[in-house]
Amino acid sequence: MRETLLILVPLFGALVAWFWPSDRSRPWLLPIVGITHLVLASWLLVRPPDVAPDAWLGFDAVARSVLPVVSLLFFLCSAYAVTYLRVRSERGNKVFVSVLLAVMGLLSAGHQARHLGVLWIATEAVTLAAVPLLHFNGTPRAFEATWKYLLVGGTGIALSLAGSFVLGYASLHGGGSGDLTFVALTAQGAALTRTWVLIAWVLLLVGYGTKMGLAPMHTWKPDAYGEAPGIVGALLAGGVTTVAFTAILRVRSVVAAAGEGAIADRTLLAIGLFSMLVAAVFLLGTRNFKRMLAYSSVEHMGILAIGASLGPAGVFAALFHVWSNGLTKGALFLSAGNIRRAAGSAEIDDVRGMSVLTPRSSMIFVAGLFAVTASPPFGPFFSELLVLRAALSAQHYVAVAIFLASLLFAFFGLSRVVFAVVDGRPRAGSVAGSLKFVESAGSLAAPAVLLGLSLWLGLFTPDVLRSAWAAAVVQLYPTP
Amino acid sequence: MLNLNLLIGLAMGLNLVALGSSRLPSIIRATALQGVLLGIMPLLLDNDFGWQVAAVALATAIGKGVVIPGLLQRAMRAAHIEREIEPFIGFVPSLLLGAGGTIAAVAIARTLPLLPEHAKSLLVPGAIASMLTGLILLTGRVKAISQVCGYLIFENGIYLFGLLLIGSTPLLVEAGVLLDLTVGIFVIGIIVDRIQRAFDSLDTRKLTALRE
Repeated sequence: MRETLLILVPLFGALVAWFWPSDRSRPWLLPIVGITHLVLASWLLVRPPDVAPDAWLGFDAVARSVLPVVSLLFFLCSAYAVTYLRVRSERGNKVFVSVLLAVMGLLSAGHQARHLGVLWIATEAVTLAAVPLLHFNGTPRAFEATWKYLLVGGTGIALSLAGSFVLGYASLHGGGSGDLTFVALTAQGAALTRTWVLIAWVLLLVGYGTKMGLAPMHTWKPDAYGEAPGIVGALLAGGVTTVAFTAILRVRSVVAAAGEGAIADRTLLAIGLFSMLVAAVFLLGTRNFKRMLAYSSVEHMGILAIGASLGPAGVFAALFHVWSNGLTKGALFLSAGNIRRAAGSAEIDDVRGMSVLTPRSSMIFVAGLFAVTASPPFGPFFSELLVLRAALSAQHYVAVAIFLASLLFAFFGLSRVVFAVVDGRPRAGSVAGSLKFVESAGSLAAPAVLLGLSLWLGLFTPDVLRSAWAAAVVQLYPTP
Repeated sequence: MLNLNLLIGLAMGLNLVALGSSRLPSIIRATALQGVLLGIMPLLLDNDFGWQVAAVALATAIGKGVVIPGLLQRAMRAAHIEREIEPFIGFVPSLLLGAGGTIAAVAIARTLPLLPEHAKSLLVPGAIASMLTGLILLTGRVKAISQVCGYLIFENGIYLFGLLLIGSTPLLVEAGVLLDLTVGIFVIGIIVDRIQRAFDSLDTRKLTALRE
């Protein structure tokens, strides 16, 4: 029941928001639903429910290992949204608030999906629901970003449907009864037809990989993150990509049960390293600090894929990284949103000296930079260290070299952009513009808390999280 | 099975029509006709069909054959665009690619392990050929409407493959899938409308403000 409420409460909230009469008070629905969701998710994290093996939806170990962080991120973003939507009161917020709540409900469903078809429907619905969020700003650039997002994301989602059908046929051809829950597919194991399983793996990896933003299917990401409001970027980077990642993890364990785990791991490793390299190259070149965050997200999706390819220890590290990356990215997106609003532009050619105009947001932005580039003692340092250790113990020395080199170049690229924005003297034009945006508790609390959580996660990783990640690893690597 | 193969063959022929024509109305018509054919197909499968299969058939025929083409035509009229000009991949090359792809699809399908009852069916080659056609249109055309048609034909290919499973997987999933696909195109249609208002042309080549 509690786990169903995770889905129903936000969807009901979306309905209420749609019919809520006042633009002024409507945004408060966001934190109300957010805190309810967070309480439920934390309760479920500490006291996980029993899940029937054949259930289509359930708060199983995989959902338990990542859904709480999405809930946490959503709550903090929703608290930030109240202030944000007040600043942006010139645009109506009916669609934005309703859709944001609906996205949270669908994300909860996607994380808990234990059935190939349900998983696909939830992912598809999230993809479509995110469209109004992306063109919230209504500019021609936002339209362009939305069009590209739909075309690339739509193709990706279509490919993952094709992959789901092919995996279904692998089961049917292998004598299956048409039960497409992951439990049933894994149980069928070696009886699944190999050829179809491999075709399905390629289609599903490309399909859900597009949603995750792995290179070379990442092309929608810089445009979408560059043009969407900071909250939307934070939720896309921390929530939607996580659904796609758990989808890939669940499918990988079916492919491994069918006896093709080695091939699955090799492709994951290759695509992960390629994503890190591509991201590093683009980070060295980009001149827009919101697009920079998108490339940083591509890099971290690569790290997740690499972790997923490295066996149980790697998956544990990847789940840890989902948490540390989600929280750190949240802090970066929200503080970047503040800076963007005050500066009136996201291009480093137009923006400088923001440490004078928005000193606190700049401080969070710079600290976030160090956190996301894996400086100790923030969360990403420890999770990436675990990925590295898993890679070393698997003796992937070349992969380790590429991994470290990409991290280094990403650091150069990110710090180049961040300090160009923060340092120097503000441009004359932007001083006048910044009067429209005043840093307030509402716009600073959420990014500051997210950054603090990233630090806390690195220093004092709670045992309940460690056991949740370990339980997810057990579910994904069942001992025969 | 013969009837079904005839319909799939027709659908594969429509792929080539869509690839070879420069006029947007004919691409939309080819896509619509293909949608109607796809709607009839579940009724011809060997399984004894209940109301669920009938519902899938009806929803497909109406969605892919009537509603979406109607939306596309409206978008086309609103934008005063009738022709695809200067595509990335020319009409003759894309026709040749499509024809070659269709032959390859038949050859590839023969090497894939199929259940005995599917071995003589054209569903798998039809699916591969349509997906390929869709991808050629998606990447080779510049007008948003042709790209949407390409996306639809791509989806039609996936649907053809899905027909292999219609007897075994719960139809709940199938219905949900169908609904989502329709909504997907609907949203794309709205976007096309919006792009037209923002750019006064449905030329996706003009969407170049965002780049490194």
